[in-house]
Amino acid sequence: MLAMACLILIVDLFVKDRKRTITFVLTQVTLVGAAIITFALSTGQILYTFSNMYVGDMMGDLLKLLLYLTVMVVLFYSRSYVFDRPEMAKGEFYTLTLFATLGMMVMISANHFLTVYIGIELLSLSLYAMVALNRDSIAATEAAMKYFVLGALASGLLLYGMSMIYGSTGTLEISAVAERLFNGQANKTILAFGVVFLVSGIAFKLGVVPFHMWIPDVYHGAPTAVTLFIASAPKLAAFAIVIRMLVNGLIVASQDWQSMLLILSVLSMAVGNFAAIAQTNLKRMLAYSAISHMGFMLLGMITGVVGGDARYALNAYSSSMFYVITYVLTSAGTFGMILLLARSGFESEEISDFAGLNKRSPWFAAVMMMMMFSMAGVPFFVGFFAKFSVLQAVVAAGYLWLAIAAVFFSLVGAYYYLRIVKVMYFDPPISTSRIVAPLDMKILMSANGLAVALLGIFPQTLMSLCAFSLLRSL
Amino acid sequence: MEFKTFVFYFLSAILVYASLRVVTLRNPVHAALHLVLAFFSASGVWILLQAEFLAIALVLVYVGAVMVLFLFVVMMLDINIDRLREGFWSYLPLGSIVALLMVAEMSLVLGGSYFDLFEKDISQAPAGYSNVQAVGRLLFTEYVYPFELASVVLLVGVVAAVALTLRGKRKSKSVSPSQQVFVKVEDRVRVLKMTAEKRD
Repeated sequence: MLAMACLILIVDLFVKDRKRTITFVLTQVTLVGAAIITFALSTGQILYTFSNMYVGDMMGDLLKLLLYLTVMVVLFYSRSYVFDRPEMAKGEFYTLTLFATLGMMVMISANHFLTVYIGIELLSLSLYAMVALNRDSIAATEAAMKYFVLGALASGLLLYGMSMIYGSTGTLEISAVAERLFNGQANKTILAFGVVFLVSGIAFKLGVVPFHMWIPDVYHGAPTAVTLFIASAPKLAAFAIVIRMLVNGLIVASQDWQSMLLILSVLSMAVGNFAAIAQTNLKRMLAYSAISHMGFMLLGMITGVVGGDARYALNAYSSSMFYVITYVLTSAGTFGMILLLARSGFESEEISDFAGLNKRSPWFAAVMMMMMFSMAGVPFFVGFFAKFSVLQAVVAAGYLWLAIAAVFFSLVGAYYYLRIVKVMYFDPPISTSRIVAPLDMKILMSANGLAVALLGIFPQTLMSLCAFSLLRSL
Repeated sequence: MEFKTFVFYFLSAILVYASLRVVTLRNPVHAALHLVLAFFSASGVWILLQAEFLAIALVLVYVGAVMVLFLFVVMMLDINIDRLREGFWSYLPLGSIVALLMVAEMSLVLGGSYFDLFEKDISQAPAGYSNVQAVGRLLFTEYVYPFELASVVLLVGVVAAVALTLRGKRKSKSVSPSQQVFVKVEDRVRVLKMTAEKRD
């Protein structure tokens, strides 16, 4: 399956045309084809291939399908934005997107620390280049530089942690690591050391406090189409490697990493939400909100094993998974809206650019409002149920104070989400020009908004899908 | 002390010294040369571990290719060291405290015989055992998946480099001879008719 995806990717590389439409269509066809292959080959069992380097299971398949969907939506949104900007309208944008997608696939179905690492590198290398794609913009170059240096540092930390774990257990295969840890054939000191580095590396990639410094700059500096990509799809892959490495591999050491993640999670909810209030740039604000959302997602990971009791694990991890899927859906919609309002020579990334959107286009204002409500966790939008299920898991695990803190920080967060709604509905518009956007983008945007609303009314389907897939995979 | 242990400590000492010098030296060319020394000693340690192929690859690839390139770049770039050094002394106290703390913590955690690295004996390879064969066999059987993926990573690197640096055709001032021969007098010389004016 992955070999096929790889093959299509490389074929696509050579069919690079002057006309970007062909590349665009080909890319979409590739994604659809890969999704169909994934779906057709999905057996629901846990399969190991490539000498146990690759694992195919239900969770991986679900995440992959969602990932393909997300990347497709992202490409649809960014198409006209990229088209309007000649410096970005190159085939490389699509090719790099595909490579990044391949990297995420590798991460999702990795059963070996080496494969995890290579997947991460494949993803980040493509992302560095995509951030810097707009070479003439100083902000983009600066963002790419920061991302590159910090990302390299994080990869170093991750590798160091992996080598420590190898030193401790004598294997790099995730399931074998778990087995040896379970049998107690591991050096505990080195293991703890490795776990510290591993968690730091993952935290870097997830962008949680105190490893969050790159997120606002990269989100701000990168072209919005790339920001949309960074903000959505990789979060799914990051969730997958957290599950693979920490839960599948190091569940015995869960005491160690849970307490670390606890600190990271509370800190990032605090810093993310409070820092977002002060932002006037929408992209920067969403970057801080991404930090706080990732902190919230980690809450579910913390509560999996309580005092050696794994009864709540399934519930907790599936709530985390549901949360991250919801977040990806919503953030794709929000950044898509920024892209929708952007024209050539105008970025529409300040919050004030949204002033009076209701007067200009009531429907898109309503869609944006749904996104914001969902992010803030207002009831009957999907974000509410995501937050609710995570909190439920937290309370079930007995961390009452943690749940209270999370709710408090969410309330702080609601302020700046609602501020955007206020700006859209009650501020006088700065321009009265009509919104011009291609039809496919309008339809997709509306579908995205409706999905947020509908999943809010019927969250059970997706939730049970998450729970079921995790049940079959763990 | 066995001779092998002596060689190991000797090489390691050089390695540690060279690595330290790489980060502390003022002159970037000297730092790069020390890095070469560090790689060389590391390959020596590898030979002690009976991994000749890796040792030779290290020398060939890093010392032979990468470091030479690196030296070229360093020599060509005229880096102003004093500018980089600005503020060094003001950051030094805090930086050294942090570094010392980290070293202290690490040695506390790892101190003593926890790591028990020296107790493990490395089995002797039988005569005629081929390193290259072993590496190759592993690379193409067990590790074929990451190996292929690594090649994709390299491909991404190439694509990214091209995407970031290629700026279309350069507008150079060269002339095309085939067009040049068709030039006519009228294209080059313009005769203007002007009425003569009287001097004041």
